[in-house]
Amino acid sequence: MGNIGVILMLVLIGGGLLWLFIRALRGREVDRRVVFAFILVSVALPLLLTITFEMKPTPVVEALYDRIDSLPSGSRILISFDFDPPMAPEVQPMADVITRHVLAKGHKAIFMTLWATGQSQFNVTLQDVIRADFPEKVEGVDWVNLGYKAGNEGVLNVIRTDFKKMFPTDVNTIPWDSIPILRGIRSCSDFELVISVGGGKPGVKEWVLFVGDPTGVPTAGGVAAVVAPMLYPYYPRQMCGILGGIKAAAEYEDHFRKNYPVFSDMKTPALVMMGPQTVAHVVILAFIVIGNVLFFVARRKEVRR
Amino acid sequence: MSRASIVVLVLVCVAFAASWVVRAGANEGDAAVRDAFLVTLAAFLTLAIFSFMYRDNPYYKFAEHLFVGVSAAYWMCMGFWSTIVGNLVPRISESLSDFFQVPYSGGGLDFGLFYFSYRYFYLIPIILGILLLMRLVPKAGWISRWPLAFIVGTFAGLNLVRYLQSDFIIQISASFVPLFVDWHGFGHFFSGLSLAANGQFVAMLSNLVVFLGVICGLIYFFFSKEHVGWFGGASRLGIWILMITFGASFGYTVMGRISLLVGRLTFLFGDWLGIIG
Repeated sequence: MGNIGVILMLVLIGGGLLWLFIRALRGREVDRRVVFAFILVSVALPLLLTITFEMKPTPVVEALYDRIDSLPSGSRILISFDFDPPMAPEVQPMADVITRHVLAKGHKAIFMTLWATGQSQFNVTLQDVIRADFPEKVEGVDWVNLGYKAGNEGVLNVIRTDFKKMFPTDVNTIPWDSIPILRGIRSCSDFELVISVGGGKPGVKEWVLFVGDPTGVPTAGGVAAVVAPMLYPYYPRQMCGILGGIKAAAEYEDHFRKNYPVFSDMKTPALVMMGPQTVAHVVILAFIVIGNVLFFVARRKEVRR
Repeated sequence: MSRASIVVLVLVCVAFAASWVVRAGANEGDAAVRDAFLVTLAAFLTLAIFSFMYRDNPYYKFAEHLFVGVSAAYWMCMGFWSTIVGNLVPRISESLSDFFQVPYSGGGLDFGLFYFSYRYFYLIPIILGILLLMRLVPKAGWISRWPLAFIVGTFAGLNLVRYLQSDFIIQISASFVPLFVDWHGFGHFFSGLSLAANGQFVAMLSNLVVFLGVICGLIYFFFSKEHVGWFGGASRLGIWILMITFGASFGYTVMGRISLLVGRLTFLFGDWLGIIG
């Protein structure tokens, strides 16, 4: 049934593109709504048919994976949820798989957010990952959520030297000194790794500028595809790993579940997204070709006149 | 309102009600009816926004205005609860902190003879905040420029140092890459020839691209010498490198936008229609 669905999808999309190509050769314009309809179909059908691919991690993704995996168990890792619901389809899978990896490896996870909306996004991870896969992990001992603090770069500037000053309590108003996992932490330098997951401002770039570079603490990030190209220059000198866009998240998910067979049945939202991504990209490439054909046909007609 | 518009409106209302009833029946628990309403509303708003791709229409306008209004209200409330109650109140008053149920974090400088509470420092941002609101008073609007100048000056000073260090000095230093990576002679190079990105050959190629890319990119923006001869060639290579960079950036943007579309369709097919897991 699955294969028949894929064949039907390829026939439908391929046939439609061929029809448009022939129309373009005849010099007839394509309505923009036809383009929208094609993108909708090319995204919807692979999603309904659950087309997935195997992914091989790229070095920049593998670097973050290896960094988390090579740290001794019990290392303290700070994870900042710096994103909001519009960014979530791309970034939430990263936050989930990184959290799962950190806890599976036995590290201590300290969560916080620089975005007011990050708090509700953390609750998604709390529900889907921490409570679902790690019910034995104790809040305050194995992980803690410090919550949101307003102030953007100002917050980073303070926690660089004095974390407790900005977060005197966790999100449940439990005092800093009463939380076992936070004992011995004074500043960001006391973490073995800092990871920011986001894509806006303040986000990964601000973590590099205000925490990573001044303190020398290893910094990594998971970011929306739009900002990824601006962060790659920071790798490997200023960032020890970057997940750029949904493809990187899919690579990480696949790599993680292969290396942790206990989680082989885990939800892989990023991998599921790669089917629609691939088909939609092929359709966009086809439209670029059709658009160029249309352009040259129109120009030739113009010259003939 | 035309007859067609009324028919569409009635159809939308009927579809909304039907969806609400069906979802409420499918859900379990005490909040089934409320959850069904919220999911149906979210689906309706998603489709209303998507309808703009066909053409501008009242449903799109409604969803757009609702989003703007809710966002404005949300951020206003967040500003009060996170900045004023979250950051300011705990530092200025113990009784106010108790009232808002936030932990008081006072402190101060103990000079032996007298104790100087930090709370007096926080009077400055309160005053500046009030001055900023003077923008609402037409005759005293100019006063708001003072706190604005403070904000601009503070952030410029804060960012200047960090950007200079991280985006300028360290980036220049990071551009000094070895053109010969781990060079142990031709034999080793060819026997270790690999197209993996961490292979010696590809690593050297990457560093060469970084070196040429930086030099040629800088030459393109150097206008004190005419872009002719070898200098013009390097400049043309620079613009090619810039174009490839913009193309890669655009490719990433397309991937991001498709991801958002997949996210919305996952919601529609999964949470709303329940046809995918």
